[in-house]
Amino acid sequence: MNSQTSTPLYASRRRRNIITMGLAFAATAFGLSWLVLILGELLWQGFSGLSLAVFTEMTPPPGAAGGLLNPIIGSLIMTTIAVVLGTPLGVLAGTYMAEYGRYDKLTMIVRFINDILLSAPSIVVGLFVYEIMVARMGHFSGWAGAVSLAVIVVPVVVRTTEDMLTLVPDTLREAAASIGLPRALMITKVAYRAARAGMITGVLLAVARISGETAPLLFTALNNQFWSLDLNAPVSSLPVVIFQFALSPYKDWQNLAWTGALIITLAVLTLSIIARALASQRKSS
Amino acid sequence: MVDVALQGGTLQADAQVDRAKVLQRLRLGDTAFRHLTRAAALAVLVILGGIIVSLIHGSWPALRTFGFGFLFEESWNPVTEKFGAIAPIYGTIVTSIVAMLIAMPVGLFIALFLTELCPMWLRRPIGIAIELLAGIPSIIYGIWGLFVFAPFLQQYVQPFLITVFGPIPFLSTLFAGPPYGIGILTAGLILAIMVLPFITSISRDVFEAVPPVLKEAAYGLGCTTWEVARYVVLPFTRVGVIGGVMLGLGRALGETMAVTFVIGNAHRISGSILAPGTTISATIANEFTEAVGDLYTSSLIALGLILFLITFVVLAIARLMLMRLNARIGV
Repeated sequence: MNSQTSTPLYASRRRRNIITMGLAFAATAFGLSWLVLILGELLWQGFSGLSLAVFTEMTPPPGAAGGLLNPIIGSLIMTTIAVVLGTPLGVLAGTYMAEYGRYDKLTMIVRFINDILLSAPSIVVGLFVYEIMVARMGHFSGWAGAVSLAVIVVPVVVRTTEDMLTLVPDTLREAAASIGLPRALMITKVAYRAARAGMITGVLLAVARISGETAPLLFTALNNQFWSLDLNAPVSSLPVVIFQFALSPYKDWQNLAWTGALIITLAVLTLSIIARALASQRKSS
Repeated sequence: MVDVALQGGTLQADAQVDRAKVLQRLRLGDTAFRHLTRAAALAVLVILGGIIVSLIHGSWPALRTFGFGFLFEESWNPVTEKFGAIAPIYGTIVTSIVAMLIAMPVGLFIALFLTELCPMWLRRPIGIAIELLAGIPSIIYGIWGLFVFAPFLQQYVQPFLITVFGPIPFLSTLFAGPPYGIGILTAGLILAIMVLPFITSISRDVFEAVPPVLKEAAYGLGCTTWEVARYVVLPFTRVGVIGGVMLGLGRALGETMAVTFVIGNAHRISGSILAPGTTISATIANEFTEAVGDLYTSSLIALGLILFLITFVVLAIARLMLMRLNARIGV
């Protein structure tokens, strides 16, 4: 009797297991297919437009040939300034959290707030910088764009710096202290050195994150059709130009937008793969 | 003899003074460095405070003019300067719900696949590939959504939905109207793809944190993989999974560029999810630079303030949930 009732039960349990495991398999295929579809389309549409002119000529008026030189340079400049501004602040804050105040209340609060800033909507950062810089100065500027990107850099760097310094073994710190090194020197000469690869990873991830950011630049750096290195004036950037060109009715602008999209994506993916390789190198060594 | 002793004495004294000086300098340097790092940590809090204060300051004119009615007013009319936030709030919430309805089950199943079924050597590559989805900038999703995904939906998926759900009472209003391609459903689907990696990677991490003994005990009783996942792994990690889902939700609520491309920017509330709509972030992105007049600009900043408060609460809950799980596992 026992075997008679349990056989259908076993069968149904097995069936349910097979179905759900099939679903898990299908979900993974579904998730991966988007990556393939998006990257494939990007390569297909963007690659045909890729030429030397893209990197050497200015953005064209509709109907003319041209390239993406000014937005590329604008993006590079603003990204560099953002990293220069945001990294020291992030590293120092992360240092406090991992070294001086590892078990403080302040550290707990900062960690909580920082994690929220990490995923806060970037358009709000744009509004913030608009309020404190653009509205005060009365005009859009490259500086405002760079500052809004820097605000996005800080939480990323804080997080990775803290994580990486926490991984540094305490025996290293004790050894440094035992030969009489003051704490500041122990941190800069020993802890930073041990955590260097991880901290560089954090900066690379931050660069990857901001090089595709569009929303905070829309009303801080605005856009500029012409060649301009003046950071007190509107500066064009690759994401904003893509946004503008893609939504335009002109075919050649749309093609340039695809090419720009391909350039950004390749840059961002390369950066994040390098960052990942650096991080895993550390883990395995 | 005396000379030498004297000399030695002064030398020693000199050395002592030097030593004191060096130590003094080191101590000063140490204090300075400690205060510098502390100031930087405080700066993170200042940034958050600055965001909130500047948004309140910027939205003050609108909040004073419209009061709490701003939250429930549907009209958005730059000509008569009458603004209300309910249409963008509605769009933001509905697109996020659509996104979570799809991304949550898919993300959990992928995490299940990665922790229970996938052969070891494939786990890392697949995990990285899913996480690369998170690395693609949102503007890329936007341009792809506008030129590839929306036309596809318009041609194949939406007509199908309309014919299938047309005769069913409630669903017919949900899927009513002509297939525009762009609209709330399209935005929700793109958001689903974008938040998928966040939900997947956090669920995978918390699934991996389940003590193997628990799972082995269940397997030992003769449980199937599904039963282990459903009755052991999921109950143990529930708080963490909810945290991961909330984190994804926070992303979906605030996502701007991808949505701006495909939402259609229509300031009205429609019962159909095929209709164009707008979200808070898309409204700001579309209209901010063209806004003339203080009240218009201020209303847009007020929208930003609402968005920030909503995402802040969602993300705070997410972090608290994840912290609770970590405390339980004892990480």
